[in-house]
Amino acid sequence: MLAMNYRGPYRIRLSEKPMPEILHPRDAIVRVTRSCICGSDLHLYHGMVPDTRVGTTFGHEFCGVVEQLGPEVENLKVGDHVLVPFNIACGQCHFCLQGLFGNCHEVNPEATALGGIFGYSHTAGGYDGGQAEYVRVPYADVGPVVIPDWMDLDDAVMLTDVVPTGYQAAEMGGIQKGDTVVVFGAGPVGLMAARCAWLFGAGRVIVIDMYDYRLEFARTYCPAEVYNFKEIDDVVVFLKKATDGLGADVAIDAVGGDASGNALHTLFGTKLKLEAGSAIALHWAINSVKKGGIVSIVGVYGPTGNMIPIGNVVNKGITIRANQASVKRLLPRLIEHVRMGHIDPKAMITHRVPLDHIADAYHMFAAKLDGCIKPVLVPNGG
Amino acid sequence: MTLPVIIHTPALTSGAIDTSTIPGWGVDADPLNDPTYPIRDRARDPGLTSDWERPTIQHPDVEILQSIEHIRQPAVVGTSVPPSGLSGMMRRTAFRWSESNWTHWLLLMGADRVNVIEGIVDDLAHARIPNIPAEMGIRSELAHNKRGFAKKLAVGGLIGVVAVGLLKRRRQQ
Repeated sequence: MLAMNYRGPYRIRLSEKPMPEILHPRDAIVRVTRSCICGSDLHLYHGMVPDTRVGTTFGHEFCGVVEQLGPEVENLKVGDHVLVPFNIACGQCHFCLQGLFGNCHEVNPEATALGGIFGYSHTAGGYDGGQAEYVRVPYADVGPVVIPDWMDLDDAVMLTDVVPTGYQAAEMGGIQKGDTVVVFGAGPVGLMAARCAWLFGAGRVIVIDMYDYRLEFARTYCPAEVYNFKEIDDVVVFLKKATDGLGADVAIDAVGGDASGNALHTLFGTKLKLEAGSAIALHWAINSVKKGGIVSIVGVYGPTGNMIPIGNVVNKGITIRANQASVKRLLPRLIEHVRMGHIDPKAMITHRVPLDHIADAYHMFAAKLDGCIKPVLVPNGG
Repeated sequence: MTLPVIIHTPALTSGAIDTSTIPGWGVDADPLNDPTYPIRDRARDPGLTSDWERPTIQHPDVEILQSIEHIRQPAVVGTSVPPSGLSGMMRRTAFRWSESNWTHWLLLMGADRVNVIEGIVDDLAHARIPNIPAEMGIRSELAHNKRGFAKKLAVGGLIGVVAVGLLKRRRQQ
């Protein structure tokens, strides 16, 4: 089968790889019908995630048709068209039992801090991902959800990560009616976080980014007040002034380790890789939220450490809430939001690219070319 | 001031504090004041025990590296790209240290870089010359960023000319 093949930082190609096999009685083999390139895939693409081995296939946002099932999977049947949450979860460990499906303890031998994620390095379990024609789906009786008949496939694939992660970012913000919410990052997750902030009753939503085309999209899609930090001397001072000198009630970091905006963080985080990514968005979030405010983090960072103003977290009494999205827990509510028209995930898709052109799609997305917000990979001829 | 709320008392071990001896322990516990996310289903929290009903155990036929913070191998594991070569040796060494130790991660990052070279050597060994411009998405660069591409070429060319000039000068000296 054809699959994306990582060859090193900034280098990928499509290769023939062996067909995945059932390795556990709760596995399924899924024929991929849609997969996305996620902003967090770019951290892998840029060589920022430890233990990203040459030959790995990325891709944790995908949906597809069930082709084979292990003998213990009883809630799916061959031919079902399913969307597959990006996190792999057993459903019965200490954490899954409590609804923490992003923190499963029976899925990742290499790390205890992180659950299992499709195609996200061996630090996330060593599973191949869905940027391929076929993929092994472990614990297929827990995560995958049959796509409703009425749902567009492009909406379905966005429900595997982007929508739940953005929604959870807003939910973790503990937004109360009338709150001012600032979202750092106008990538797909930031856009969805800003859109969902309204669902929780936000009174004002501000989006900060450095790309005008994304901010223009955010202005109408979310909708939100938008500002380009490159045109602002000091983002924190600007946001303080915009909030009567107090700061936002809630700040959301939807950027993670690839953030621009500070030479020191860029040098240590993205060039020398001595930090676990550039943490300037988180730095700004901490400093621009009000005292007693909430910082919600869904931006992805590596496992080592970052330079952030932790003293200000203490002095301001900030609550930090963060996690990988618990996709399975959120899906019923989010499917209903799509059905009711509260959110329109597929509107964020700007490019549909054949799997054959995956190297170009990665470069286009990473370099922010051609107004790219969200590229979706479709099978060759699909 | 809100004090930390302890709902489950850890199993008593030698030297552990018996919270029942602490006056007022837990009197202000408020389950609704829960900052965790997603909101934990505390009714299904069995306490700090690893004695849950485990899934069927997968028996991988490739080498799996395991964090020393795990007390046992998780029931299901990924089997893609097992460690091999020099990078594999470095990865095995990295797992002598915990996830909390920088040595662990620095060795893994180092192994990743070595692995890139191994990938190129492997390509050449299989009579394949990697098409690096294509792997880096040159088509999208040419289609959507001609000016940027020309700029990169010019800067690269300039650096090359300067480097060659410096080398020649050194040889002449």
